[in-house]
Amino acid sequence: MTEETTAMPLSETGSGSERERRSPIEWLRDQREHRAHLFLLAIMLLASIAVIDFRTWLVLTISGVAMGAVLFLMASGMTLTFGLMSVLNLAHGAFISLGAFAGGTVLAFWLDGFASSPSFLTNLVAIIPALLFAAFIAGVVGLVFEKLVIKPVYGDHLKQILVTVGGSIILMQLIEVIWGPNEIPVTRPEALQGAFLVPEALPLIGGIVLEKYRLVAVVLGLAIYAGMLWIIDRTRIGILIRAGVESREMVEIQGYRIHLLFLGVFIAGSALAGLGGVMWGMYKELLTPHMGDEMMISVIVVIILGGLGSIRGCFYGALLVGLINLYIGFVEPRLAAVATVGLMVGVLMWRPQGLIPVIKV
Amino acid sequence: MLSRILSEDFPRSKTLTALLLVIVVSLALGPFLFDGIRAFTTLGMICVFIMVVAAYDLMLGYTHIVSFAHTMFFGIGAYGVAMAVDGMGNSFGAVLVGIIGALAVSFVLSLLLGLLSLRVKAIFFALVTLAVAFAFLSLVTQLYNITGGEDGMRVRVPRELGPAFRPFENSLPGIDVPTLLKGLLTQPWNIGQVWQEATFEVRFNGRNVMYYVLVAMATGVFLFLLRLVNSPFGRVLQAIRENEFRAEALGYRTVVYRTAVVILSALVATLAGAGFALINRYVNPENTLNFELMVFILLMCVIGGMGTLYGAIVGSTLFILAQNYLQDLLGWVGQYTAGIPLVENLLGEDHWLLWFGVLFVLSVYFFPAGVVGQLRIWALQRRNRKSPPPSGPEAEPVAQT
Repeated sequence: MTEETTAMPLSETGSGSERERRSPIEWLRDQREHRAHLFLLAIMLLASIAVIDFRTWLVLTISGVAMGAVLFLMASGMTLTFGLMSVLNLAHGAFISLGAFAGGTVLAFWLDGFASSPSFLTNLVAIIPALLFAAFIAGVVGLVFEKLVIKPVYGDHLKQILVTVGGSIILMQLIEVIWGPNEIPVTRPEALQGAFLVPEALPLIGGIVLEKYRLVAVVLGLAIYAGMLWIIDRTRIGILIRAGVESREMVEIQGYRIHLLFLGVFIAGSALAGLGGVMWGMYKELLTPHMGDEMMISVIVVIILGGLGSIRGCFYGALLVGLINLYIGFVEPRLAAVATVGLMVGVLMWRPQGLIPVIKV
Repeated sequence: MLSRILSEDFPRSKTLTALLLVIVVSLALGPFLFDGIRAFTTLGMICVFIMVVAAYDLMLGYTHIVSFAHTMFFGIGAYGVAMAVDGMGNSFGAVLVGIIGALAVSFVLSLLLGLLSLRVKAIFFALVTLAVAFAFLSLVTQLYNITGGEDGMRVRVPRELGPAFRPFENSLPGIDVPTLLKGLLTQPWNIGQVWQEATFEVRFNGRNVMYYVLVAMATGVFLFLLRLVNSPFGRVLQAIRENEFRAEALGYRTVVYRTAVVILSALVATLAGAGFALINRYVNPENTLNFELMVFILLMCVIGGMGTLYGAIVGSTLFILAQNYLQDLLGWVGQYTAGIPLVENLLGEDHWLLWFGVLFVLSVYFFPAGVVGQLRIWALQRRNRKSPPPSGPEAEPVAQT
């Protein structure tokens, strides 16, 4: 990067016009209109690399992507439920906590022997059941929650907000009843602790330290994203889900029992929240009943950024939020949350429906 | 006279009237009817939250704007007073400067928020306000050199509002109503002794003065809002609630009305926040800005009844009583269930919120109109049964959620 870009602000439009001068303007404008998410991501990466030293930048970027991947896991369920069922589930945070506690129980109490052994394969014996158990518990509670709490208030957003806020209180209190009000420490499995040191000999990236857990989070996030894209784009269920997002009545007219589809998506969404919860719990290594609620803000920012209801948008939104958190957190830690919300308000001013709009509200 | 004060918006239900009278009398004579510091704090909080919830109801119940940034304005008021007093010493001038500064900040922020709703609609708006409120909370927590961070700030109130100030030489007589009622129920044969036990001496000090300032503020704000919602302005708000598109088609600039409501409600919340700082004499992010507090305000509003300002009185009283005394009740029940493994835990004193959450969800399903709305519906049904009106029942403006 040259000197002139060093002073570039971390905002999207200002640096955009800077770049337009050097590149074919038409192409850039086209990108800005039609691939807003990639455009924004590119600007953020370029702007940050200009102000932060390269090695630090690389570490920050990988951590940001890792955080984005975990955020994506947590947020994708909520965006799916909203996109398909038009249900705003503010109790999603409670499902995140629930997953974290269920998975943490497996890791810290039931299979702690496997989790503390140094071999990665033995660790997997604890990690995989923990992930599955968390997804299972969150899914089952999601099923009950949908039947009891959400089903009576389909189509009424105000009541959904009220009822899911109430439901979230109940769920979090139940977590406290079952697991006790104290924080529970959960150590990461042995193989996921510590960090890689990239050998000094390598050019450019030599000497940087990468936390293993973050790499695992990136891989898992990408895998789930790929899996979801495959389901949504290539399978029959995916076609139905996309059709349901577009027009609920048309799917019903074709003879599909849309309520079963709703139920399935809600359970899947809750299970994903549980999965994200375990990953977040291992990231923080400390479980509190309110941990999911604390993440709700980031989750909400992510799904709004991406455009409510869009999986792709959710993924890019999560990446953007993860990255901006790390970059701004590096420059001025106090402003991380403000920058996240600022990013969202800025994007909404520019595109009121989010980056990849799916539905019209 | 009464009809002018209440802006011709009467409770319209005998039970509700009785309930409101009990609450209002208890609040007005509070320090003389309830002994102890805990009761005093509870009474003060009820007054504060009547204002907050009434302002929130103006948005949620009358205009159907769902905003989660209400605590932000409450916090601005509380921190405004706290910071002004911290910087300028404990004089009334400092308090005034704090309140005016806070009102100005709230005005600007709420104006921006109101204008944001031009671009961002309904559910998006709710989520955006949630995020903005969170950003504000994190800013207050992080800027600890000005706000004290997590530790919060002590508010050194002017001497006239503090416990050291004694306006009267002698202590005044007071009767502790709970003791009296308990005595009358358990041992009605020796009334004399019960009466003696129930009387206590009120040392009227500056805190009581502050309490009465709050009562006056709450009364003023409530009557003002009551006047407002029964004015032509309020009718337009209700029209926007029922059908915004149609209200716009009739020629009302709905954006102006919506923005005005957001600003007005923010200003009232700021005022209430200032009152809170002065009576509580301690502010921190948890008691002024937390999301949990926002949820509580929402619960109070819904339980009292959305779209009925009386609901703010009933809702905040019920909720704050539950918050302070449901734990005692659960503790009392807990004596009998001790030993049963899961039940014991479920009925633990710490889990009052669980039962409140269950009650809340059930009440949203079965009594969506809230306590006030439901009482009015029942009163209307009873009236209709007695004398069926010639041309159908009179239209009752009950919030349809």
